[in-house]
Amino acid sequence: MELPADAPAVITADALRADLGCFPTREQYHDLVAAFKADGFEVCADLCAVDYLEHADRALPEGVTPTRFEVVVNLLSMSRRERVRIRVQAGDVEPEVDSLFDLYPGSEAMEREAFDLLGVIFRSHPDLTRILMPEDWEGHPLRKDYGTGRVPVQFKEAPGPR
Amino acid sequence: MSEPTVRTAERLEALTAETSEGPQELQRREATPASELGREVGSVVRIDDTPFNPDDVDYERADDETMIINMGPSHPSTHGVLRIMLELDGEIVLRAKPVIGYLHTGMEKTGEMLSYVQGATNVTRMDYLSPIINELSYSMAVEALLGIEVPERAVWIRMMMSELNRISSHLVWMATNGMDLGSTSMMIYGFRERELILAFFEKTAGLRLNLNYVRPGGVAADLPDGWEDDVEVICDTIYERTFEYDELLTGQPIFRQRMVGVAPISAEEALALGVTGPLLRSTGVPWDLRRTMPYLAYDQVDFDVIVGTYGDNFDRYAIRLNEIRESVRIIRQCLERMPAGDYRSQDPKVTPPPRARIGESMEALIHHFKLFTEGFHVPAGEVYSAVESPRGEHGCYIVSDGGPKPYRLHVRAPSFVNLQAIPLLMRGASMADAITVISTVDPIMGEVDR
Amino acid sequence: MALEDLQHNFLTGRLEDLVRWARRASVWPATFGLACCAIEMMASGAADFDLARFGMEVFRNSPRQADLMIVAGRVSQKMAPVLRQVYDQMMEPKWVLSMGVCASTGGLFNNYAIVQGVDQIVPVDVYAPGCPPSPETLMHAILTLHEQIRTGEIMKRRATGNPVHLDHAESPWTPEVPVAVRLGTPK
Repeated sequence: MELPADAPAVITADALRADLGCFPTREQYHDLVAAFKADGFEVCADLCAVDYLEHADRALPEGVTPTRFEVVVNLLSMSRRERVRIRVQAGDVEPEVDSLFDLYPGSEAMEREAFDLLGVIFRSHPDLTRILMPEDWEGHPLRKDYGTGRVPVQFKEAPGPR
Repeated sequence: MSEPTVRTAERLEALTAETSEGPQELQRREATPASELGREVGSVVRIDDTPFNPDDVDYERADDETMIINMGPSHPSTHGVLRIMLELDGEIVLRAKPVIGYLHTGMEKTGEMLSYVQGATNVTRMDYLSPIINELSYSMAVEALLGIEVPERAVWIRMMMSELNRISSHLVWMATNGMDLGSTSMMIYGFRERELILAFFEKTAGLRLNLNYVRPGGVAADLPDGWEDDVEVICDTIYERTFEYDELLTGQPIFRQRMVGVAPISAEEALALGVTGPLLRSTGVPWDLRRTMPYLAYDQVDFDVIVGTYGDNFDRYAIRLNEIRESVRIIRQCLERMPAGDYRSQDPKVTPPPRARIGESMEALIHHFKLFTEGFHVPAGEVYSAVESPRGEHGCYIVSDGGPKPYRLHVRAPSFVNLQAIPLLMRGASMADAITVISTVDPIMGEVDR
Repeated sequence: MALEDLQHNFLTGRLEDLVRWARRASVWPATFGLACCAIEMMASGAADFDLARFGMEVFRNSPRQADLMIVAGRVSQKMAPVLRQVYDQMMEPKWVLSMGVCASTGGLFNNYAIVQGVDQIVPVDVYAPGCPPSPETLMHAILTLHEQIRTGEIMKRRATGNPVHLDHAESPWTPEVPVAVRLGTPK
């Protein structure tokens, strides 16, 4: 598979298993997705974020600077029956990328979910609020430094009123 | 001899003679005017095509006449704990906003705590109407990372079980949709037929829901003895009964009034919103992952992709009803062509040693113990695998760091994305149509909130 | 007038017994389906299992007309206040049946999002095990509840006491321990 002709400079990796993977920078990200959309990728199938707190030195193609957060977008072309995966290095402390809402309105809920659970900020998103957690929740639960919140299991009778 | 006192309509005076009040207004039937006769048909108020046009609604009105009401999260026809904020102008919905998260279970976080062996128990509880599909997309993702091949029999068992699951999921949809429209009989019938399939699941996997049957490397157990007969009965019964549903619903005037032409969506809108499944196919886009990007052995079986035309409620209903028939067709082919062989991969990495070996060999015992306590290690990498669930594209994105647990487990839930179509579909619809919209979009909240 | 002079058959009984009998035979559940268990709850009400045998097929959509809340499924932190509100809206006498391990203890999902046991929010009468409990298990739990009603106090208010979240451990409220009733189990 070829990259679209008017795509901005991107780095591709052949080592990825299934599909074409692209690693744009944050500045290239929106333009790249727009180029893919013009090239026939009609659907934004999936958008999620990953927190690589424990893997700062993970294997990435040459020239890509790994950051803690990564936003992963799966685009789908129905006419060509192909998928493409775009991984953006979103930043370390306050991850921030452009919103895809103007290209794919369907990414609205997925971006809100990534913001809610991992705290990635999407610029020019129409309504970047919490979607799954209560409005007054503190923290972003899917971050690696956020505890699971396990309550120890009590196998015997509780010692007193609880 | 007097006339025999036969009470017939011809002798009206015989009918009314016994009352002290005379004939009142009772007349011969042929003398009854047509307007009176019309009342006998029933009290259904018939409004012919009303001049109402959704484009005439002033959506942006800012006066105090509109009303904002909350529907849910504990509402009988929101299919779980969906909450929708509706702005109403009388009966007409001006705007709708779904509020979700009332069933947020933290499954993606829990998935990072469980090993790959245990992971299937977690994902199967997401979309609780189609557990097999959840496990399938998860298992396929893990297998792609491991690079192992699944034996042919396991592939066909998986395919047959997912189609059975698709039928049972669509049956629940038929049942609850009937319930929402006031057809309580459909509710009873849908659940009655579903019990057939659940009984087979219980026989095969040991549970009715949340089976944990499809696991990385194959399936948990071989099909039980005599499964051919069971599946044959299921196919025959359900195929026959679909025509009963046809009779009950498809031609029924009240049902049609509430479904035909209500809440249409166009193909462009559907693609922009990323919706998949029956919702997308109702607009005429023939996109079914089983056909367009085949997985398992779907390229070897013969079936049709059902496609609608108008994208309205009725198309979505018709697609689901006909998909039941297509699934029966696929299951029949599985029944004929089920290959012999192993039901799970013999790769010792993912499969425990047979029970008999554990008693003899220390290594086998240790291996068994390690597999179920620590789990197997999966090479580092990331993968996205997608399957067609009854509701659309069910994807699973796994990032592995080489350890025995996934580093990140993300599920692309079809209902989560399809739910974004609700504000669009409800816009300008009446309040009663809002119920049918929720019903035909068919969100499963366990999967939406995860 | 002696009893023999009456023209009709009649029964005598203590008022308490009659009240208990009437209550036991017409427990109307509220539809409070949350997750997987809700599907099994619906299946129990449908043709094959038929809760109507116990006078319970009338699932009320309004909590004000319901006597029993079947908490069917996992209760998230976001849902907990809603659940408590629905419970408060129900009229006395009212009972709660915690269906499934998720509602009873949090189950598989021991994490930030799920309330670890619905008995932290409302007093629970019967816990049904299973994930999800099969309709038979649910019916056993319901029969257990019927037996509790048949032998229980009639004037007791169920909602007294102040169930709180684990954070306020000093509260005097203790979750009620269900009376162990064995029903239909061979000795």
